[in-house]
Amino acid sequence: MMASSYSAKEEDGHHPGASGAGGAAANGRKPDNTAFKQQRLPAWQPILTAGTVLPAFFAIGLIFIPIGIGLYVTSNNIKEFEIDYTGTDTSSPCFSCYQNFSWNSTLPCKCSLPFSLDQPFESNVFMYYGLSNFYQNHRRYVKSRDDSHLNGNLYSLTHPSKECEPYAHRDNVPVAPCGAIANSMFNDTMELFFVHPNETRSQIPLKRKGIAWWTDKHVKFRNPGGNGDNLTAAFQGTTYPVNWHKPVYELDADPENNGFINEDFIVWMRTAALPTFRKLYRIIEKKSSMTPTLPSGNYTLEVTYNYPVHSFDGRKRMILSTISWMGGKNPFLGIAYITVGSVCFFLGVVLLLIHHKYGNRSSSPDIAS
Amino acid sequence: CTCAMCFTLICAGEENWVDSRTVYIGHKEPPPGAEAYIPQRFPDNRIVSSKYTFWNFVPKNLFEQFRRIANFYFLIIFLVQLIIDTPTSPITSGLPLFFVITVTAIKQGYEDWLRHKADNSINQCPVHIIQHGKVVRKQSRKLRVGDVVRVKEDETFPCDLILLSSSRDDGTCFVTTASLDGESSHKTYYAVQDTKAFNTEEEVDTLHATIECEQPQPDLYKFVGRINIYLDRDEPIARPLGSENLLLRGATLKNTECIYAVAIYTGMETKMALNYQSKSQKRSAVEKSMNAYLIVYLCILISKALINTVLKYVWQADPNRDEPWYNEKTETERQRHILIRAFTDFLAFMVLFNYIIPVSMYVTVEMQKFLGSYFITWDDEMFDEELGEGALVNTSDLNEELGQVEYVFTDKTGTLTENNMEFIECCVDGHVYVPHAICNGQIMPGAASMDMIDSSPGPGGREHEELFFRALCLCHTVQVKEEETVDGIKRGIHQGKATSVYISSSPDEVALVEGMKRLGFTYLRLKDSHMEIQNRDDEIERFELLEVLNFDSVRRRMSVIVKSSTGEYYLFCKGADSAVFPRVISGKVEQVRARVEHNAVEGLRTLCVAYKKLSPAEYEEVCHQLSSAKLALQDREKKLAEAYDSIERDFILLGATAVEDRLQDKAADTIESLHKAGMKVWVLTGDKMETAAATCYASKLFRRNTQILELTTKRTEEQNLHDVLFDLSRTVLRQHGSMTRETLSGLSNEYHDYGLIIDGATLSAVLKPSQEGSGGNYKEIFLEICRNCSAVLCCRMAPLQKAQIVKLIKASKEHPITLAIGDGANDVSMILEAHVGIGIMGKEGRQAARNSDYAIPKFKHLKKMLLVHGHYYYIRISELVQYFFYKNVCFIFPQFLYQFFCGFSQQPLYDTAYLTLYNISFTSLPILLYSLMEQHINMDILKRDPSLYRDIAKNSLLRWPIFIYWTFLGVFDAVVFFFGAFFLFDNTTFTSNGQMFGNWTFGTLVFTVLVFTVTLKLALDTHYWTWINHFVIWGSLLFYIIFSLLWGGIIWPFLNYQRMYYVFMQMLSSGPAWLSIILLVVVSLLPDVVKKVLCRALWPTTTERIQCKRQCLTTEQSTVFMLSQTSSSISF
Repeated sequence: MMASSYSAKEEDGHHPGASGAGGAAANGRKPDNTAFKQQRLPAWQPILTAGTVLPAFFAIGLIFIPIGIGLYVTSNNIKEFEIDYTGTDTSSPCFSCYQNFSWNSTLPCKCSLPFSLDQPFESNVFMYYGLSNFYQNHRRYVKSRDDSHLNGNLYSLTHPSKECEPYAHRDNVPVAPCGAIANSMFNDTMELFFVHPNETRSQIPLKRKGIAWWTDKHVKFRNPGGNGDNLTAAFQGTTYPVNWHKPVYELDADPENNGFINEDFIVWMRTAALPTFRKLYRIIEKKSSMTPTLPSGNYTLEVTYNYPVHSFDGRKRMILSTISWMGGKNPFLGIAYITVGSVCFFLGVVLLLIHHKYGNRSSSPDIAS
Repeated sequence: CTCAMCFTLICAGEENWVDSRTVYIGHKEPPPGAEAYIPQRFPDNRIVSSKYTFWNFVPKNLFEQFRRIANFYFLIIFLVQLIIDTPTSPITSGLPLFFVITVTAIKQGYEDWLRHKADNSINQCPVHIIQHGKVVRKQSRKLRVGDVVRVKEDETFPCDLILLSSSRDDGTCFVTTASLDGESSHKTYYAVQDTKAFNTEEEVDTLHATIECEQPQPDLYKFVGRINIYLDRDEPIARPLGSENLLLRGATLKNTECIYAVAIYTGMETKMALNYQSKSQKRSAVEKSMNAYLIVYLCILISKALINTVLKYVWQADPNRDEPWYNEKTETERQRHILIRAFTDFLAFMVLFNYIIPVSMYVTVEMQKFLGSYFITWDDEMFDEELGEGALVNTSDLNEELGQVEYVFTDKTGTLTENNMEFIECCVDGHVYVPHAICNGQIMPGAASMDMIDSSPGPGGREHEELFFRALCLCHTVQVKEEETVDGIKRGIHQGKATSVYISSSPDEVALVEGMKRLGFTYLRLKDSHMEIQNRDDEIERFELLEVLNFDSVRRRMSVIVKSSTGEYYLFCKGADSAVFPRVISGKVEQVRARVEHNAVEGLRTLCVAYKKLSPAEYEEVCHQLSSAKLALQDREKKLAEAYDSIERDFILLGATAVEDRLQDKAADTIESLHKAGMKVWVLTGDKMETAAATCYASKLFRRNTQILELTTKRTEEQNLHDVLFDLSRTVLRQHGSMTRETLSGLSNEYHDYGLIIDGATLSAVLKPSQEGSGGNYKEIFLEICRNCSAVLCCRMAPLQKAQIVKLIKASKEHPITLAIGDGANDVSMILEAHVGIGIMGKEGRQAARNSDYAIPKFKHLKKMLLVHGHYYYIRISELVQYFFYKNVCFIFPQFLYQFFCGFSQQPLYDTAYLTLYNISFTSLPILLYSLMEQHINMDILKRDPSLYRDIAKNSLLRWPIFIYWTFLGVFDAVVFFFGAFFLFDNTTFTSNGQMFGNWTFGTLVFTVLVFTVTLKLALDTHYWTWINHFVIWGSLLFYIIFSLLWGGIIWPFLNYQRMYYVFMQMLSSGPAWLSIILLVVVSLLPDVVKKVLCRALWPTTTERIQCKRQCLTTEQSTVFMLSQTSSSISF
């Protein structure tokens, strides 16, 4: 890659004559004659020249272009379906829910959206909800949590961190889970129905486990008093966040997925990097190798519309996507690789020309001036 | 009576002279009526060199450290973080600041502790004081002004003392001032005439006297005072006191059993303490550019914070953005006034972006300078076997300045030349005498020891000849060191006669006296004010030494007045030709002048000798003049000079001497290299023009084809200065114009160069601001001429003029970097004035070495110092500075971009640990090691090819275009990191299990790319990969990975957040993250590599060509080697 030359200069570092003759007058001032002190350590001295960089450029080009093509093809093979169910449009089934949202309403607003898939989704399908214009990365928001509280620390449970303000107490009762993140947990529920050609609907089973990081679920998040079964008692003396409808210990019936270790909750607690984001909601597992997970056809998405985005012009989406080894659909990486590879290749050619034209001149020894 | 009269007159004139002190010897009041006894308060004899005490260390040290603008800035940032709610914890800036402050405080505290220890040992050492006729032991610090002190041989004087009496009969004592100015020769000091009889404690105790003297002054060689001795009820006897009576603290008594002296300056008022006040701080050009960059970055920082603050409020104008339902403010926040909120936001942005000015850069630069300077002291090639000393670094602040020198001002004697004088010949009335081969101090009897080149002189000449030799034997200040005192080495008896060693502060004098010895006249000793000479007939002649008119650099001559055994008074004078010829009234002036000029052209140092006979009446007159001048308290110098001037006139010329001062080893080679490196070399000397010019030719400062331009008194006498200057400038400029045309056409690179010779008198005329304001004009013309001369010789320079020249060049409009090199006390002013001062540890004491920034044993070492060390230090530090700013732009700019996507909420992109450790540990060591080890070109090549030095001239690596390039590179890389990660993260899944990443993973991805890019960028810039570089570069990348794994691997018990838990591992488990890291690193590095390769191929600098050349050679060699290997294996 780079031209190199090892200059073995250790011999130069030792002048036997100097040390021998001066030995008699060897006072303390005489510097040691080591290669390091004389700055003559043996060293590799590479230089970046057109000639030496050329092969590297061609190599990068030759490696990057195939990788890029591979990535691009993989990305294109990924099936992805996205539907916006915010209901901004008057024609949308969720329009009324969008319009008439009120925190106080006890009756959940439901809407159902029909959609169709043109192509079958063969492998496991991952169901995401996506939010736009939602600033989960706002600093006031990001820090508004208490990790020791979420880790089941009993003291923190009743004494939530100052960072959680103004979502730490409700009428002087500590809030569990505290903080703005927990308070604003996404609480729309979505159900997916396959509409058979004969207009009958069958619900597609959605797996609600395995959507959070394993380490989060098992280490970072813990219910107070261990993951015991009596969660109600464990959360005694706390109240649920102001924007929730139910306490944290009623998030799920399954004790393995309830309280702080509820996976929906954990997923929400991992704040997104950008204001437009998606979060994993459910997994649709492939049942048999014979039939596709989601065959092509008509579907209905049943949404319990609890989550208001109207006030901040947000959008809500539901995304169905298959996943490859390189994650979801992302043509950018492949295109970037192809571009960089081609640029390198092109530069390689340019450098080759330059090297031929100027290479001899620059390395010619006529530098007496 | 007249004497007393004149004293009262002087006293009357001095009524208002407040700057004096009166010291009562032995604290005894003067007899009533003489003077009012006013006990004055003087400080005690405690020496305080320490800066701090135990109590004030912390506040004072902190105060001093925070006076540095950078530290203060970081303190402010830290305080802001403590006070307001900021995005990053105060630890991120507090910890590095604390580290820096603590390390500096510990270092300074330790140094101060050492000083305390040294002070204590000095302050507590015992001194002997006479009290009531008895010797009392006291601690040194309790010594008071007016105490009479007894000092024994080899003891050091505890304070500045006036010598009252000594155990030697003649009232003299010998002193070595080695620890003060490094001169190991013994100097003679004289007791006051009227007190030298007080030889026991009891006698001293009876002494009743006061001393009036000036308030303490730092000049070691100046002292004016007067002693009033009250012998009886009469008017006191007043005697002058001069520097020859003053024993300085720090000097050591030699060859004298014991002395009695009175303390006049104590403690911090001693001349030694006054001289230790620190020199002014010199700042290097690199440091200046660094400060300029800093201001640029401060502006960038402030504008970034301002932009973000403004945008934040524009963006937040919509209340649903400011406070959406999911992210409400607390009540206190809401109630805060908008201006306070805006200001707090501004400060928070400042804190978020403050890393763009890294505290660690200052630490790294300091460390680089401090550690790097060891390579100079360690350098084996700059070690001098003879002296047993290597180079010394007195300040490490100027290392890189050594690579920027444009003007070299060098002293001649002792610097270019050996300062090892050898008597070559003398000339009496035009007859030349040359002693035989060098015979080390061996006395050759009779006239056989000399060759007379000219015909033997006539009888009249004979008399002159004898006088000449006697004059040289008498007119000097040489001391004879008897054989038993010569450093413990027995020089022994030679040919039955005691040989003795001559010691003098001037090597010329020693050479002359030794030369006389070889010509048959041996100076034996000075005994009881009688100088003894052994003449050619082995007879001893005795002359009474009456007066010595000491040498000074203004008069440039010295005289003695002696009385021969026959009772005749003679005044002998020797001095520079220009100082003697105008004062000569008879003698063979023409012949001698011709010979002097001939010798001067040969490069010999010449002195002229003259005499005059004095009648007893004339002698009385002279005596009176001298003593009245010496007694003056005010303007004594001036009065003495006037007296000397009137005494030293109407001489009869005897002859001249020639002494050779050989060129130093490789002086010519060094000067040639400096020339090739594009430096202008100026020789500043006190010598006369011809001698200096000869040295210049010998040292290749002037070559045969150099056209010499003269700007001397000789020329300005013929023409007026104005015309001469314009003439010269026209010559030079015409040539200059044609030269540029030639270089443009590329036809010829051989050009005619100019050398300028200017002398001190003309120089002061040029520099003198003239009445009609054309003085500035002259200065400009002079500078214009100098600019076009490759070598300039300034002769007949006074020490202060040397500094003036340096100052003049420093202040000229290009502001070139100057270097002054010299070995003697007369060079100190220019060493202190120049940007870089280099002292040569020479024969004329160590004063120059002590006041210099760097000291080297020989002039030839300057070559390696500048061409190799200076060059390396410069490229190292410039890369260090540029790289530091670059890596912090890369670091902070993504955070700036991120604000646009997080609602300008000051959300940091990176975790606190990354923010803190980025500059401290992830990226600090590689650049530090680079800045210590880098060698872009082999040092042998640098030495062989001085023209490479031109490549870095004028601070070329720290110019604005290069700085802007680095900054833009940083911005580009930051944009690549951020938007690369942004597009990868944008609304997609990153993992193969469908799970999503959060903002901390995003930041970690950007940070990982960042750390790898900046480290690899440095790796691409490294030209010299030793195992240490490998270790540090790959080691710090490895350290980053291990740290990240560890940091995210555990739930840290004492942290209130666990945001990084498993973030790094999760990121590494994702394929696209790996791919994007590789991609982004490549993209970030690509433009720089392309730029480098293209510049090297299309517009190579000399440095780059040399690098390539070496490359080709080594590859060829290795091919040949491989071929021979294969052939040998085949044959085998």
